[in-house]
Amino acid sequence: MGDDGAERRPAGELEAGVLAALWAAEEPLTPGRVQEALGGSLARTTVTTILSRLYEKGSVTRIRSGRGYAYSPTEDAPGLTARRMHSELAKDEDRSAVLARFVSQLNDEDERMLRSLLDGGEAG
Amino acid sequence: MTYLVLIPLLMPFLAAPAACRVAAVLPPRRAAWLLTAAALVLAVSSSAALVLLVVPGASYLPAVAVLGELAEPLTAGPPPVTIALALVAGALLVWRTAALTAAARRDRAELRRARTVTGGTDDELAVVRDDRPDAYALPGRPGRIVVTTGMLRALEPPEREALFAHERAHLRGRHHVLLAAAELAALCHPALRALREPLGYALERAADEAAAAAVGDRRLAARAIGRAALAARGVPGLSGAVRPRTVLAATAGPVPRRVAALLGTGASGRPALTPRTRRLVAGALLVCLTLSGVSAVGAASDLHTHIEIAQGENPER
Repeated sequence: MGDDGAERRPAGELEAGVLAALWAAEEPLTPGRVQEALGGSLARTTVTTILSRLYEKGSVTRIRSGRGYAYSPTEDAPGLTARRMHSELAKDEDRSAVLARFVSQLNDEDERMLRSLLDGGEAG
Repeated sequence: MTYLVLIPLLMPFLAAPAACRVAAVLPPRRAAWLLTAAALVLAVSSSAALVLLVVPGASYLPAVAVLGELAEPLTAGPPPVTIALALVAGALLVWRTAALTAAARRDRAELRRARTVTGGTDDELAVVRDDRPDAYALPGRPGRIVVTTGMLRALEPPEREALFAHERAHLRGRHHVLLAAAELAALCHPALRALREPLGYALERAADEAAAAAVGDRRLAARAIGRAALAARGVPGLSGAVRPRTVLAATAGPVPRRVAALLGTGASGRPALTPRTRRLVAGALLVCLTLSGVSAVGAASDLHTHIEIAQGENPER
């Protein structure tokens, strides 16, 4: 069973996690495989509910798999627009005012320091 | 002529470094607000000072004299100096206004483009099919998290949750508004450019802290950032490709500092200030900002008096 903390989060946030798992996978996933991929943080029924909702919205497609369905993400309008914009923005040097990247570029010294920090963090 | 008007023009050279110093020791959210507020106060004061320098010189123009019902030009100082100052200040004002307009128009266009992404479904996540790991928050109504398949595959599911929480914090805190304000302020005075990089860092740190709180694990949040950065660097063939250099991607290397801050290892690379020095610098900054605003207001009231004299009134009456 999933823990209560995860179950109480807003539906939109849970959907993002499930959708990300489908995108990260190379092939269509059954609800059971999705639950596995998420490390069991969500209950199976929750995963099934979220997948049906994503399917109704057109964010995922599904194919018959055994007695149930296997799901994969569709490249819908937002995805396509996002991709177009992504390549457009990649040309633009000055986008800092609107967009903040998750991680900025590393130099050699950064990489060395980061690796030692992460190693230390994992050991400690 | 009054020298009061020069204070707001020179103050940013003193106040901007002080603000950076104070922000470096404040919690991220407060640091972000301090830097934005300092940028705005200094930008507005210095722009007002330029306007105040233009007016006395402009009063020599017959058309302005008629419009302002002036009996004679303002007696703000020796005419050649007044006119020369007004010309320089006027040129600067025109240049700034043009730069500000262009920047504001560009920002609006970017946001409008961003909003077109929100068409279609109401998914929070906009996934881009691209092997290069990348992720960012796209403001709009509603805001989106744009993430590449490369980034999703580089991270473990709990790390992805930390990434999403980080981007949600950017969107909920409307961090792009603060960044845009600092960006516009930097166009008003060259010394204010120095505030953008610490503001970007403070906003990333604020989002990191929000992510750590959301996933309930600081080490997990730190690992997500570190692994994402290493994955983005480790992609073969990407090193030659030009990735846009943003203000956030300063050579100072903010990523290890962010990771260190989350892990609490204190490898900030910046010597900590003693509480006494911290209070002194914070006090000095407050004095700078107040002085900048007050001297702009003082110079304006001074100019008002000069205008009344030029209109033939006697303010001593």
